[in-house]
Amino acid sequence: MQARYSFFSLARNALGYHENWPEAWRSPEPKASYDVVVVGGGGHGLATAYYLAKEHGITNVAVIERGWLGGGNTGRNTTIVRSNYLWDESAALYEHALKLWEGLSQDLNYNVMFSQRGVMNLAHNQHDLRELQRRIHSNRLNGVDSEFLDARGVKEFCPIIDLRQGGRYPVLGASLQRRGGTARHDAVAWGYARGADARGVDIIQNCPVTGFRISNGRIQGVETGRGYIEAKKVAVVTAGHSSVMAGLAGFRLPVHSLPLQALVSEPVKPVIDCVVMSNAVHAYVSQSDKGELVIGAGVDKYVGYGQRGSLPVTEETLAAICELFPIFRRMRMLRQWGGIVDTCPDASPIISKTPVQGLYFNCGWGTGGFKATPGSGWVFAHTVANDNPHPLAAPFALDRFTSGYLIDEHGAAAVAH
Amino acid sequence: MAQSAPAAARSSQPFRLSEGGRIDRSRSLTFRFDDRELTGHPGDTLASALLANGVHLVGRSFKYHRPRGIVTAGAEEPNALVQVGRDPRTEPNVRATQLELFDGLGVSSQNRWPSLEFDVGGVNNLLSRFLPAGFYYKTFMWPAAAWETYEKAIRQAAGLGLAPSKPDPDHYDKTFAHCDLLVVGAGPAGLSAALTAARAGARVVVAEQDFLLGGDLLSDRTAKIDGRPALEWVAEAEAELRASDRVRILTRTICFAAYDHNFFALHERVTDHLAPADRPEGLPRHRLWKLRTKQAIFATGAIERPLVFRDNDRPGILLASAARSYLNRWGVRAGSEAVVFTGNDSGYATALDLKAVGVRVNAVVDLRAAAEGPLSEAAKAAGLRILAGHAVTGTEGDKRIARLRAAPLDADGKGVRGSGQEIACDLLVSSAGWSPTVHLHCQAKGSLAWDEAHACYLPDRSMQKGQAVIGSAAGAFGLASCLAGGEAAGREAAGALGLEAKASRKKTQAEDRDFLPMRQLYCVPSDKPLGQGGKHFVDQQNDVTAADLLLALREGYRSIEHVKRYTTTGMGTDQGKLGNLNAIGIVAERLGLPLPEVGVTTYRAPYTPVSFGAFAGRDVDALLDPVRTTPIHSWHERNGALFEDVGQWRRAWYYPKAGEDLHRAVAREVAATRETVGIMDATTLGKIEIVGPDAAELLNRVYTNAWSKLEVGRCRYGLMLKEDGMVMDDGVTSRLAEDRFLMTTTTGNAAPVLAHLEEWLQTEWPDLEVFLTSVTEQFATMTLSGPNARKLLAELCDLDLSTEAFPHMSWQEGSVAGVPARIFRISFTGELSYEINVPAGHGLSVWQALYRHGEKYGITPYGTEAMHVLRAEKGFIIVGQETDGSVTPLDLGMDWIVSKKKDFIGRRSLSRSDMADSGRKQLVGLLTQDPKVVLPEGGALVEAMRDATPVPMIGHVTSSYWSPNCERSIALALVKGGRARLGKTVLCPLEGGKTVPCTVVEPLFFDKEGDRLRA
Repeated sequence: MQARYSFFSLARNALGYHENWPEAWRSPEPKASYDVVVVGGGGHGLATAYYLAKEHGITNVAVIERGWLGGGNTGRNTTIVRSNYLWDESAALYEHALKLWEGLSQDLNYNVMFSQRGVMNLAHNQHDLRELQRRIHSNRLNGVDSEFLDARGVKEFCPIIDLRQGGRYPVLGASLQRRGGTARHDAVAWGYARGADARGVDIIQNCPVTGFRISNGRIQGVETGRGYIEAKKVAVVTAGHSSVMAGLAGFRLPVHSLPLQALVSEPVKPVIDCVVMSNAVHAYVSQSDKGELVIGAGVDKYVGYGQRGSLPVTEETLAAICELFPIFRRMRMLRQWGGIVDTCPDASPIISKTPVQGLYFNCGWGTGGFKATPGSGWVFAHTVANDNPHPLAAPFALDRFTSGYLIDEHGAAAVAH
Repeated sequence: MAQSAPAAARSSQPFRLSEGGRIDRSRSLTFRFDDRELTGHPGDTLASALLANGVHLVGRSFKYHRPRGIVTAGAEEPNALVQVGRDPRTEPNVRATQLELFDGLGVSSQNRWPSLEFDVGGVNNLLSRFLPAGFYYKTFMWPAAAWETYEKAIRQAAGLGLAPSKPDPDHYDKTFAHCDLLVVGAGPAGLSAALTAARAGARVVVAEQDFLLGGDLLSDRTAKIDGRPALEWVAEAEAELRASDRVRILTRTICFAAYDHNFFALHERVTDHLAPADRPEGLPRHRLWKLRTKQAIFATGAIERPLVFRDNDRPGILLASAARSYLNRWGVRAGSEAVVFTGNDSGYATALDLKAVGVRVNAVVDLRAAAEGPLSEAAKAAGLRILAGHAVTGTEGDKRIARLRAAPLDADGKGVRGSGQEIACDLLVSSAGWSPTVHLHCQAKGSLAWDEAHACYLPDRSMQKGQAVIGSAAGAFGLASCLAGGEAAGREAAGALGLEAKASRKKTQAEDRDFLPMRQLYCVPSDKPLGQGGKHFVDQQNDVTAADLLLALREGYRSIEHVKRYTTTGMGTDQGKLGNLNAIGIVAERLGLPLPEVGVTTYRAPYTPVSFGAFAGRDVDALLDPVRTTPIHSWHERNGALFEDVGQWRRAWYYPKAGEDLHRAVAREVAATRETVGIMDATTLGKIEIVGPDAAELLNRVYTNAWSKLEVGRCRYGLMLKEDGMVMDDGVTSRLAEDRFLMTTTTGNAAPVLAHLEEWLQTEWPDLEVFLTSVTEQFATMTLSGPNARKLLAELCDLDLSTEAFPHMSWQEGSVAGVPARIFRISFTGELSYEINVPAGHGLSVWQALYRHGEKYGITPYGTEAMHVLRAEKGFIIVGQETDGSVTPLDLGMDWIVSKKKDFIGRRSLSRSDMADSGRKQLVGLLTQDPKVVLPEGGALVEAMRDATPVPMIGHVTSSYWSPNCERSIALALVKGGRARLGKTVLCPLEGGKTVPCTVVEPLFFDKEGDRLRA
């Protein structure tokens, strides 16, 4: 039985020198058979298992993870949460996720440190401004909070930003989503794992899936490093390796896998209290509760599975950060890393049934999957439980690449004239 | 600042020895630590100077704000982090152990308020029982809305130093370098390797993080090479290397990252060590070296591990090796009464050295039941008191260690017997063994092998060709092995380079001194259960204790990555250089696993933190991204233009006259162009020359329409799609000759289009014989547009401009204002237009000639904004404005340009079912029902407004202007099923609840027959 986390339980356990805390989740041996096997123990996979148990009463579930929980992109992102997407389908999905974020710590009884410190997207030229306005109008009608800040408003909201009009990328304005912010990424994986475990889900780490058993077009189970596991349904959520998994199941996905990198500075006292993003220079920055500047960069120019990212991208990103924030030039990079992002041609995810009955894929989140974690798990659990897409997931089915019903989130980044 | 006399300086540095070390006692340097003025000597680091002055308390820890002192003498320092200098040149979190002292240096302690001595945050230490690892995941959840209030307090308490608050006035630089051999680390192994390879003729770069060469030899008072003091050998080696023009020695340079194929990044601190007044003008503060080498040798040494025992974090508790460094390199006693706590023989080296300079060594507490190495034998002979089979079970002292307890250790190392004895001391040094610095090897994906005897990871297989690890970084802890290993590696590198290394004249002679045998305890027990009284710190900076690690395991966080992330061990600015192996050992013991099965956390770049400025280098301010201007730019500036950034280009936006705002200026420019003649600088449009027998075929494949039959001298509009069938770019392409075309692209897409064409040519169609050249900047392009364009041009041009001789969509070569020119009769305004291309160098003079001759017609320069209005009146699209990557030619109503007969990029995608859906968004015109209201660009469109969100949207306004020629507002929009809505009303909701009703119309507002164009 899990202990409820609260200030009082913390105080009570302090008296016992914290010797009596139970495990946040068990480490069981895999059973021979499950109703649902979720492949991939990242945030999305664990959220899927959690909502399968909580919302759909399906508790005979295993989450199978090759390495350690949250060790993929869940533990490698820049923790930004927002829902100000352009297209209706995306806005609906991410806004659903944002609403779940807003109560997630309480729902999970695990503090995921979701802070709605505001996410600001900068505009540096007339084209940016036009695109920003379009997004704001669209967000507003989609029920997504979004407001325009002129240059003065930007400075008020983030006083350390450099507005020099002579600068190479003058800040002309920004869109602001006040409900956006950051969360503690590891805690999201752990909180969902603990919540799923409490509802009976088996979480099995260090267990690679090596193949799918399929007969008559229907999934039978998964081959793993710890033997065959039978499953009525298999839900694959393996960002960074989705096309590899699809290959094991005998079909191809329209995804490219690219290294995306991020870095942190050494910790300093609070200096920036919001998230600042700039598409034009492709950099974004926020400050963690520990005090590190958390900086996101772009993807490498070539496909690859090296979870590192190349030096030129680091250089470009930090040059952009130094331009937007000349006070940061003396800050120092403490650690740099990479994750592999599976990107679709339209920069939108795939949440879908597949050519194999009972096999479902949730992938292709590109550079923006973390913010969707709760919503992604929610709609995927529904899709798996009902063998029918959740209405919010329906537009993100695989068949859009044959029908042409694309949801092209690249659009807003297009260049002008 | 005045220099004090050496005698006075000595008396103010009570812990400075009167002789020995690599400092210059003849000069004194004055520096300030918080509000204390102190002195040191050239050659000092801040840490050595502080210790010389008896200052141990230098900072407060991250979480509990415990008093902390200097622990190490190098890059691995977790505690002694200081804030250097003043805004705007201030720098947080600088390791005092690496900060070179200069006269006038000012530093402050960090993470304390109001003072280092009395820190209110110290209350956290009293509450520490309630603040175990991960406490924040379990609380601060009620009430939900309060988290951000809690968080503010947490954020204030966290962080260490302060970011600067003003822009950095210094500059940074980057440079590329290539060499045959990179040697990282200039200790005995590295120097030996560099000497051997250089003598064989290799071009060598030696990178050393310190400001002196010699590595550990700098800290060794007894080491001998060839029978002489080792530092003499170092000096000779350095002299020989410096004399060679094939060798470059980079000091103060850390090789912080290893990339594939022997590509390395190095960070050189160029002027930080100089007093600000002495920093040469023109030198950068830091320099980033991007170095490609054929061979690499990592002679990066090893870092001593501290023992983890109860209350092991008080000021005055140092690494044994650090105390030895301070003594021998800097002539500083880190205390007066010392205790050495060790599990191996290397602690004894410190004990002997301390004793040799008169420090009272009250005890050597040795974990081993019997001390039996060569140095422990020497210690016994020297009469040191050795407590074999003992452990330090606790320490006391407020802001400096004052005493400790030592008790006999159980045979299994799990407990102690009795409460032991108290020993007074003001210095406690500890040694658990050594961890080779394998970071670069691991960054390069090399594997590790566990060495049980030394309790450390050694480099195993290298994943990259031409990389070797030598010296103590490879587990060769003795001096003789280092020298021999260096020579062998140098020879091997030379051989791999095809050079012959001569056998050295004679073998360099030295003595090997290992620290085996050792007894490894990752966590030293005390007389109380772990976590119940006192703290065993594993990561001092982040205040992670052994009890925290066990809590994480207890709660199911078993992967070493989970333990790290849950407890934050190894996540400080030292990145676990001191603590990680101890943490792994403690985890392995608790899980009952052999240590290698626990694994290691990933070694990530950078080895030590690197300034953002170094990565940016000169790519800041105007140099971040080139600002491209046209040859006519100066004219625009002189004539009052305002500019907008379009891609890298700075384009004239509009030319306001006195008292005019954007709208008035644009209205005037637009009207003049329709009524008489306007002139615009169109130089920025991308121009690609396409040459070769297959040039027309390439165009056939990349444009939706057919090109083979285009005659020489004619121009054609083309639309280019991406593979997904969506519009990518558009422009007019002209046939210059049978095998030669000039393609124009939009301004922002010039480079992407060229890359797109090259990619297809190189990867899919290598058989096509065609070559692409960007000629955007070779020509200045100016557009004359309006009813008087022909008359004006005729005055300066030698061609027959009549429609018969020079029809719409054709081009001719002639001269304009005496300059050879290509003249294209094409139009983006709907007026009679000529685009005149002249060699870029003549652009300004031709423009001025046209303008001078045009004044009698009232010629008016117009900018991009007026161009937008003019083209919108005609319903011409702008890629990126009417399109957004989701728009097909059919959506734009441009079916006429899509060939049904041939293949082209994107064609197959156009046959997908959704492409024919009549509900797709289509380009239409919008007329507001109140003609005075101008719609907001980007405004959403709905059929009906309602309060509840989401409100179903049917499209958006892509372009919207006041049209002086239509004398009303006009707009273009993408609307679902738009063409079926002609004549119907749609609504554009504004912020604040108002909606603007508009009528859907054809996207063409002016001169619908196109007479003016063909005039």
